[in-house]
Amino acid sequence: MINIFNVAYKNLLRKKARSGLTVIGISLAAWVLVSLLGFNRGYESSLNRDIDNLGFQMIVTAKGCPYEAATLMLKGGTGLRYMPQSITEQITREPEVERITAMLMQAVFDPNKGESGGYSAYLGVDPATFPQMKSFLEFKQGNWFTNPDALEAVLGYEAAELEQREVGDLLLITEKNVEVKVVGILKRTGTQDDGTIFLPLNAVQKIFGINNELTGIGIKVKKEADIARFEEKMYKLPDVQVVSLSQVKQTIMTLVSTAKVMVFSIALIAILISVVGVINTILMSVMERLQEIGILKSMGATAWDIFKLIWLETLMLCISGGVIGSALAMATAKLTEILIRQLLPYSPSGGLVQITLPLVSLTFGVVIIIGILSGIYPSWKAGRVRPLEAIRSQVE
Amino acid sequence: MNENGKKVLEAEHLVKIYRRGSEEIPAVNDVSLSVEVGEFVSFVGPSGSGKTTLINILGCLDNPTSGRLVLADRTVVDNGEVLSESSLTKIRREIFGYIFQKFYLIPTLTVIENIMLPFTFYKKPGAENEVARIMKLMEIDHRKEHLPGQISGGEMQRVAIARALVNRPSILLADEPTGNLDTRRSQEIGGLLKGLNEKEGITIILVTHNPALASMADRIIEIRDGKIHTKGMALS
Ligand SMILES: Nc1ncnc2c1ncn2[C@@H]1O[C@H](COP(=O)(O)OP(=O)(O)OP(=O)(O)O)[C@@H](O)[C@H]1O
Ligand SMILES: [Mg+2]
Repeated sequence: MINIFNVAYKNLLRKKARSGLTVIGISLAAWVLVSLLGFNRGYESSLNRDIDNLGFQMIVTAKGCPYEAATLMLKGGTGLRYMPQSITEQITREPEVERITAMLMQAVFDPNKGESGGYSAYLGVDPATFPQMKSFLEFKQGNWFTNPDALEAVLGYEAAELEQREVGDLLLITEKNVEVKVVGILKRTGTQDDGTIFLPLNAVQKIFGINNELTGIGIKVKKEADIARFEEKMYKLPDVQVVSLSQVKQTIMTLVSTAKVMVFSIALIAILISVVGVINTILMSVMERLQEIGILKSMGATAWDIFKLIWLETLMLCISGGVIGSALAMATAKLTEILIRQLLPYSPSGGLVQITLPLVSLTFGVVIIIGILSGIYPSWKAGRVRPLEAIRSQVE
Repeated sequence: MNENGKKVLEAEHLVKIYRRGSEEIPAVNDVSLSVEVGEFVSFVGPSGSGKTTLINILGCLDNPTSGRLVLADRTVVDNGEVLSESSLTKIRREIFGYIFQKFYLIPTLTVIENIMLPFTFYKKPGAENEVARIMKLMEIDHRKEHLPGQISGGEMQRVAIARALVNRPSILLADEPTGNLDTRRSQEIGGLLKGLNEKEGITIILVTHNPALASMADRIIEIRDGKIHTKGMALS
């Protein structure tokens, strides 16, 4: 049995090349849209993940204190400066702060290290907060400390190789003549954590006899917080320095948003072009078929029947374009990613183009709206054709 | 002819004036006529005499400037006042089947799909059961899975007639249905129309330049300058 879908579909087949080209136009628009939306999502979440992987976006240290173990080594294990532990309460009270973690770094000279001895650095971290903040850290062996005062150590990947220790081995802290037990070895992270020896904060304070003083505080800021304002506040604290990664992130985001505006303009243009293409195709096919539409009306079709038929033809074009375009976008996501990586000032690691179901649905929604809107005028025009048109235009 | 003499169509003083600038062309000029149920009427006349204009008005495809038209007891035009477009659509669906010089088949639909095309918009109850019989009647059932491009002109017109018949119209309106066909095919179409009229009781109103075709009708009406020239010339 014949139905309106059948008729609409077969009508489109009458001019295969033209319908085909229109579908290609819409597919391209859908492809661009899906890819760009996918990029928009992927880039931001990858960048956020990169930043989150640092655990904290900000480190506050006592003025002049090196905050990386490497810097400390270069300075020959000297130059450590302290701030009072009470400062943590002050920082926690700031509304922008999500979490903080207190740290105390110490270094000792180890005559057995290398050829002429070298410095070993120990980072005292708070077992209650640090593992949480750096939740992405994975263990190659073992786990975090068994209790906050335990004389235990967790070694970064490279530190473990250098010291040649495994879980269960003991590690001697020279000068202090204290042995700690290795309870965990981390997987490689590609960050300075790889070379670090972690101890419970309390243990470091006890071993080195430092009470109520810290060398650094890691701060995780709330997502919606005004970071710039918060930094201002931190700078006002006496005798501290602030190392912020948020600034870096914001700079990147600004650069990216410029690029984004550009790509979205391209998407918009692609959509506009395809809308014009659809209207043109449908309008042309209506004009060519005026007589035939007149005949349909003489068969008893109402204006609304004709409107529906033409509208359906438009929607069919758009929907097939949407399907092809989305499929294309998914198939070429990797390629798009390579292309975008070359265009961007900074690309985070991980997937830059994330095509998800809601995103494809969104694109479908857009494409269907394109179809609905661009179908209105030609369909309305076709609906108004009078049956007489068929007969009159016989005289050609 | 017909038994009860009931009128299916009554036209009184139909006038259609076309304006071309300041010039007024009376294409139909005071035409009154009636057609009985089951009658076969043909209109003949020179080119430009107003035949097409007249039957378009009779078939509710065009509106007269003035006059009155009653179809199956429904007043369609009264004193130039026409029913709404939706009422006209209803009348067209229920009363008329139209065929024209061109066939207007959809090239990507098969013969049977073309014939059933009207059903996508409107279907009289039980009409689909008639399709097979109508195709047989039009001698195209062996072509039903073909595309229009694969059949002859005569067959195409027969498909178009079948399409006009699927909703079982009471009046078949045909404006030069054989204009695109050679003499032999024209005779074939004429024979089919005659058969429809006699066996199915369908009222037929035909416009043609072909005298042989015209003479198949019960009544020939000659139109000249928008007027009826000779009326009621019965042929037996
Ligand atoms: N839309 C129109 N506008 C103006 N004049 C028209 C229009 N349609 C028809 N006419 C005029 O009306 C007159 C009758 O035309 P019509 O088409 O009814 O003639 P016809 O008898 O069907 O001719 P033919 O045998 O050539 O088909 C002609 O003079 C024609 O020029
Ligand atoms: Mg004519």
